[in-house]
Formats: sequence, structure tokens, C-alpha cells
Amino acid sequence: MMSTHRVSAGLRLHVVLTYLFLYLPLGVLVLFSFSASRYATVWSGFTLDWYIKLFGNERIAEAFVNSLIVAGGATAIATVFGTAAAFALSRLRFRGRAPMETLVSLPIVMPELVQGIALLLLFALVLPIELGLATITIAHSVFGIAYVAVLVRTRLDGLDPQLEEAARDLGASARQAFFRVTLPLIMPGVIGGALLVFTLSFDDFVIAFFVTGPGASTLPIEIYSMVKRGVTPEINALATLILFGSIALIAAALHLQRRTV
Amino acid sequence: MLGRIFISAVLWALPFAGMAAPAKTLHLFNWDNYLNPQVAKDFEKEFGVRVVEDKFASNEDLLAKLQAGAGGYDLIVPSDYAVRILTRLGLLAKLDRNNIPNLKNLSPRFRSPAYDRGHDYSVPYLWGTTGIGYSRKGTAAAGAPRGWDDVFNPDKAKRYRGRISMLNDMRETIGAALIYRGYSPNSTNPTQLEEAKKVLLAQKPFVAKYDSEAYEDSLVAAETMLAHGWSGEVFTAQASNDDIAFVVPKEGSFLFVDNLAVPKTSKNKPLAEQFINYLLRPDVAAKNSNFLKYPTPNAAAKSKLDPKVAGANYELPPGIKFYSIEDIDVAGKLYETIWTELKAR
Amino acid sequence: MRAGPVFESPRLWLALVPAAAWLVLFFVVPLSIVALISFLRAGAPVEWVIDVGGYARLADPLHVTVLLRSVGLAFAAMLLCLIVGYPLAYFIARRPPALRRLLYFMVLVPLWANSLVLIYAWMVLLRPNGVFDQLLHWAGLAGDAPVSMLYTPAAVLLGLVYWYLPFMVYPLYASLEKFDFNLLDAAYDLGASRLTAIRRVLWPLTLPGVAVGCLLVFIQALSAFIVPDLLGGAKSMMLGNLIQQRFLSVPQDWPLGAAVAVALLAVVGAGLVLYYRLQRTQP
Repeated sequence: MMSTHRVSAGLRLHVVLTYLFLYLPLGVLVLFSFSASRYATVWSGFTLDWYIKLFGNERIAEAFVNSLIVAGGATAIATVFGTAAAFALSRLRFRGRAPMETLVSLPIVMPELVQGIALLLLFALVLPIELGLATITIAHSVFGIAYVAVLVRTRLDGLDPQLEEAARDLGASARQAFFRVTLPLIMPGVIGGALLVFTLSFDDFVIAFFVTGPGASTLPIEIYSMVKRGVTPEINALATLILFGSIALIAAALHLQRRTV
Repeated sequence: MLGRIFISAVLWALPFAGMAAPAKTLHLFNWDNYLNPQVAKDFEKEFGVRVVEDKFASNEDLLAKLQAGAGGYDLIVPSDYAVRILTRLGLLAKLDRNNIPNLKNLSPRFRSPAYDRGHDYSVPYLWGTTGIGYSRKGTAAAGAPRGWDDVFNPDKAKRYRGRISMLNDMRETIGAALIYRGYSPNSTNPTQLEEAKKVLLAQKPFVAKYDSEAYEDSLVAAETMLAHGWSGEVFTAQASNDDIAFVVPKEGSFLFVDNLAVPKTSKNKPLAEQFINYLLRPDVAAKNSNFLKYPTPNAAAKSKLDPKVAGANYELPPGIKFYSIEDIDVAGKLYETIWTELKAR
Repeated sequence: MRAGPVFESPRLWLALVPAAAWLVLFFVVPLSIVALISFLRAGAPVEWVIDVGGYARLADPLHVTVLLRSVGLAFAAMLLCLIVGYPLAYFIARRPPALRRLLYFMVLVPLWANSLVLIYAWMVLLRPNGVFDQLLHWAGLAGDAPVSMLYTPAAVLLGLVYWYLPFMVYPLYASLEKFDFNLLDAAYDLGASRLTAIRRVLWPLTLPGVAVGCLLVFIQALSAFIVPDLLGGAKSMMLGNLIQQRFLSVPQDWPLGAAVAVALLAVVGAGLVLYYRLQRTQP
């Protein structure tokens, strides 16, 4: 399957430069998280102080917990609603199906800025829900549903229909067929979608920025205010931790996906 | 079945996510780095409550956030003219002075300010001046800056192309240009404002950024040579890097008083008033002022001030005219147009 | 290929209801509110009176400048992402499977490292006395004064490309991975030059991926406000900054902000229509 086509030196150079470009700021970030200098342009000795300071930082700890709460809630809603919707869209035939499919996938393309503003207006003018963690969770669940629905739908459409039919032939009810045959088969897609939503929600700044309320800082919001202040390499330490945490999480997810059928 | 249980559980738990804090929490909406964290901790310990702080970067941001319906803040920190605007819009709660006996500690100079004669809605918190922070070494060649001329005059400004930072604050920056041109910084005269606009546009090519939050860091990192900024911030930068100095422009500048106020939508008004009273204690006010390097309006605190801080911050340079930003109501539209044009061009 | 039996069971409808209701309430309705607000009169924050002032103010030359600048930068970012991303995706797609997954993973990692802090890292790299400045001086390429690449439109463009590159690579890679490279070999066997083969075989068949990537990057870049704020020094206002300021800062003008948002949505809509049109012409 692989051709023996040689790759030109120019292409190799391009690729190397691109990866360098991508990883340069990351490198700087990680490197200076260990630098004793308060200003990340000078290296002055190795230290773990910033990491220690980070763990004592209450604001960040609180923001981290808030982010977890929001991401967890959004992922839960998105996974359940999205998977259900994907299943329905894949199996049902009805006239409004095409518009429905478009609606469900629209939040993916819609600029976050507009979604954020729109929800701010909703909560400020129409619904009496106070701005805070609940509103951020709701906001994240919207694009979450879209991502899960699209991902699971792809998985569903790729299933072999014979498997379910076989189950039905053997006497299983529709519900049993779903829970014992279909669901396990699409589980990698569901988990993949859930992990994706969790990551996106955890990392989201724009939408959270608009619908946040008093004391409901998520981690990205907290980081933004730290970045605007230009404060200590604690940010570097935090970013390094988030980086390696995300890598671990995604690597685990990919590994899981490969193992299941 | 499972799905339905799951959904109901999540939906049920959602509202509680917003109420993750214990019953007594004080939500403070403050400028960045404008409260000594130790002071907050001491208050929390003494009164058994939690203080949660959110930040804003300009009075206009504060106003916009409150008008967008951000209820839930118990204590806010508006500047002088912002108190006027907020009172005008009916967004502030009337303070119960019986809960704030320490008001008596205020220095006579700060009692009964023009924007709130009876302290019905606000209590002075910290005050300061606007000026220019600069690098002594970086400006040694051309001479240390003495006034707005050094940042606005193109012949002088071009020496520091890309190393000048101006406040990202509409009233402060336009006001500075007005003062430079010899007008009142609260002018609503269209011709005068037009001149100020020209000054700002002519300066823009040399300005690195409009920034109200990170200029302290930029000064210390020697990224910025001339920074339009507030006194306390620059003095804090000086404590990290004694090459930094502060000058109040000789043509005149702003003196501002930041105040504590309680929004009408607060659910914890008595607690907010308790905190205001706490901040008026002489030792607390001194602790706060020493840390932030902003002068306090608290007369009783004077004796407890760190002499290194008390000196430069408290003495207003003689012979310089100080202005206050005033509420100009609908005439603010003129400023807004200029500000938009400055940013959009 | 339709999978599974088609159910007529009414109970299956229930599965769709939660998602549909949620999206209508928290997606369609809010967007409609935005459209509505754009037709109201400005106040504190709005007055419930129909008024097209928002759109009138949108036509102000200043705002048009902001719009054009945003479109220009977004388009430039899109092109750069394509130029950088396509060869990269091609290279990855031709590696053996194990290496391929690793390389692709490595492209996505910056996306997960929290974009905000990476922008901050670029600020640190580009500022006067920053890493690039020191490098230039060390290489003897700069004069006496420190050089600042920060707070310029170029810095903004760089930030945009950096942030949105993964969004271009993802669909490109998906497209390229499905591509049968034997077709290219066949073309070479038939005597085609490298360029011709790419132009007539590779490019047309990977066009869907290119279209999706370009669409995603363009739309996102158009609404960016953090990058121009942090890397641009709050000096070059883009659409995103305009909207954000009209709602949450000075000067407050909700109808105008909403009008700009509607304009942005119109661009998104146009992009989607173009995309579907393109999809239909595909074999």
C-alpha cells in the first residue's frame, strides 16, 4: 500500500520547520517554568518554586475545580443527549430530518464569540438563570451535543446492519438490541466524543468569558486574567501541567479506541 | 432507563453547581491587584466568611458588566465619576452608616466628596495620581520625561517608538491629550476634543500598546520605556526594579479616588458593609496601603504607614494642577467616538 | 449505507427530543435574540423600540474599516494555514501507520495545551529583549536598539495562524489519509510531472478536506478577539474586539454589537452555502 515515492528535501525541511514553529512556544513555556527568574526572558537557575507556589494558589485551585464541574456537567448532558439524537437521526425517516441534522451540527461551525454573546443575552434578558457555573455548563453542553452527535452518527452509519438484525432474529427486543449490541459497538465513538467534549469544555475561554458570573471563574478565565497581568512563571508551571495532563488523557483515549472493536 | 436517571441526576445537580460556595461569601468586583491578599485572608478568618474576588480593568468595563445584568456582586470599587454614573443609573444600594462607624477615620480632605456628599452610596478606599512611569536608564540619553509633551510630541515620542504604553482607558487617555493641549480633561467642546483626537492619532504609530493591566510588568521587564500609568502600580514596579521612576506630568494630571460601593442586586449587604468597616480600621488600611503602594484616605492609618511608602506617594508634587474625572453624562458619546476611531484606525 | 433496521416505533422520537429541545432553547432562541437586538434602539443597555440605528452605525466608515481588516487578516490566516498545513498533512499521510499517528498527535498537542498560555508564550518570545530579539542581536542582524515584533499586525497574523493551524490540518489529514496514493504513482507511470500529478490528481480529490479546513479557519479567525488584543496591543480592532467591546466595555452599544454579530453570521452562512455547493459538484 505504501509507495516508494521519495520525499523531497524541501518537504522535509518544511515539515521540520513547521513542527519547530508549533513547539517553540511550548518549549519556552516548559523551560521557563523551571527558571528562577520572575521574568521569562532570562534563565537564572533551576527551581521548582513555581510549581510549589502553584499548588498553594487558592484561586487557581478553585478555578480548576470549577472547570471540572463545568466540563463534567457539559460532558454528561452532551453525551446522553447527543448519542440519543445520533441514534434517532440515523434510524428515523421523517421529513424534517435534513434540517434537523443541520441544526445538530451547526454549533460546531458557529463562531464561539457569537454563541457566547447570544447566550449572554438569553440569560440577561429572557431566562432568569443567574450567570455562573450553571450558565457556562449549559453553554458548553450546546456545542458538546453537536460534537457527540456527529461523532456517534459517523460510527453508527458505519455499523454492519447484520449484527443488529441477527440479534433481532434471535428474539431480542428493540431495546435489548440497542443496549446489548449497538451501544457496545458504538461505545468507542461515544467515549471518544465524551473525551473530546470534556477537553473542549475544559479549555474553552471565549464562551465562558461571556456567560460567567461572580465567583464562577473557570481555569481559562483565571489564566486570561493572569496573562493580561503578565504575572509570574506560575502560569508556565500551570500550562506545563495542563499540557502533560492533556497529553496523557488523549493518549489514553486513543489507546482505548484502538483496543475496542 | 439508565439514560433518564442520568439526565435527571445531572439536571438536578446543575443549580447546585452555581451554589458551590458556603452560605456566607462576599463577592468582590475589584481592579486587578487592588486588595492585599493578606487583608482578605485576615477578614475571612476573623469573620468566618469567604471572600471571592473578580477583576475588571476599567470603570467602563465595570459599568458595562453591571448593566449586562451581572447580579451577585456584593461589593464593587468604582472611581469617583463612576460612583456618580452608577447613582444616576440607580444601580447602587444606599449604605447603612450605622454599620460603618469607622467612617470617622477618614481624613477631612476625603469626607463629603462632590460625587457623593453624604457617603450615602460610597466610601473612599484608596487614592492616587496618574502619571508616567519610565526607565531611568532608558531615558537617560534624551532626558527623563517631565510631562505629557514627552509622550505626545512626535519629535520626542519617536525616540521611543514601540516602547510606549498608554492606558487602555478612554477617559484617562483622551483626558491626557486634552490636558496636553491646555484644555480641561472633562471638556465637552467638540473642537477641543477634535484636537485631542489628532494628538492621539499622531501618537499612535509610536505606541506599542494600550494597556491598563500589564504595564507594570512591561516596565520591569524593560519592554516599555514610557508607561502611562497609575501611581501605585509604578511604585510597585519600582520596588521590583529600582531603575523605574514615576513622574506626574507638569502640565497637569488626574487625581482619582476609588471607592467601595454596594450594588443594589447584592444579597449580602450587611456583610459588605462589615467589610467596608473592616477596611477602614487604621491597621488594616495601613497594611493594604503598604502592600499596594497607593495612598489611603484614612487619617488614623497615617502613623502605621511604612515610611518608605508614605513619602513619595503622599506628597503631591507642588505647582501641578490636579483634575478629577467628572461624569459628563450624554456628552460621553463624543469621547466614545474618538476612542473607537483611535482603536479602529 | 444505512445501518440497522429502520424503526417506526414512536418511542424512538423520544430520543431526539432532549437534544432538539435543548438546542432550540439554548442555540436557536439565543441567536434569534441577537438578531432581534440588532433591530432595537440603543439604551442602557437597550430600549424595546424598533430602530435600525444599529445597522446605520455599522455602515460607518470606521466600522467598515474594522470589517475589511478582519476579513483581510482572516483570509491571510486561512491561506497561510493552507500553505503550511497541506504539505504537512501530505507528509504525515505518507508515513507508515505508527509514525503517522504519532506525528498527527503531535500536531494536535498545542491545541490542547491551552491556547491562551501559548499566546502568552509568543508574547514572551517576540517582545523587546525577548528570545527572538536576543537571537537577532546575537546573529548581528539587528541594530543597537531592541527590536520588537510584538504589537504589530504581523504578530496578530502569526498568532492567528498558530492558533488555527490544527483546524486546517485535521480535515486535510482526514482527506489525505483516505487518498489512494497509488493514483499518484499511476500518474507518474503515465509520464506526468510532479506538478501535474498534484494539480490534476491529488488536489481535486482532496478538495473536500481543503474546503472544510479553509471554512473552519476563516470563520474562526474572523471572530478572533483575544489574539488581536494580546498580540496586537489592543491597537488594531477586529470584528471580535468590536463585538466584545460593544457588549462588555466602552462604548456600550448592544444593537451595533448585535448587528456586527448578524453580519458575522451572514458570512458564516455564505461560507456554508459555498461549501455545500462545492460538495455537490464532487463525484
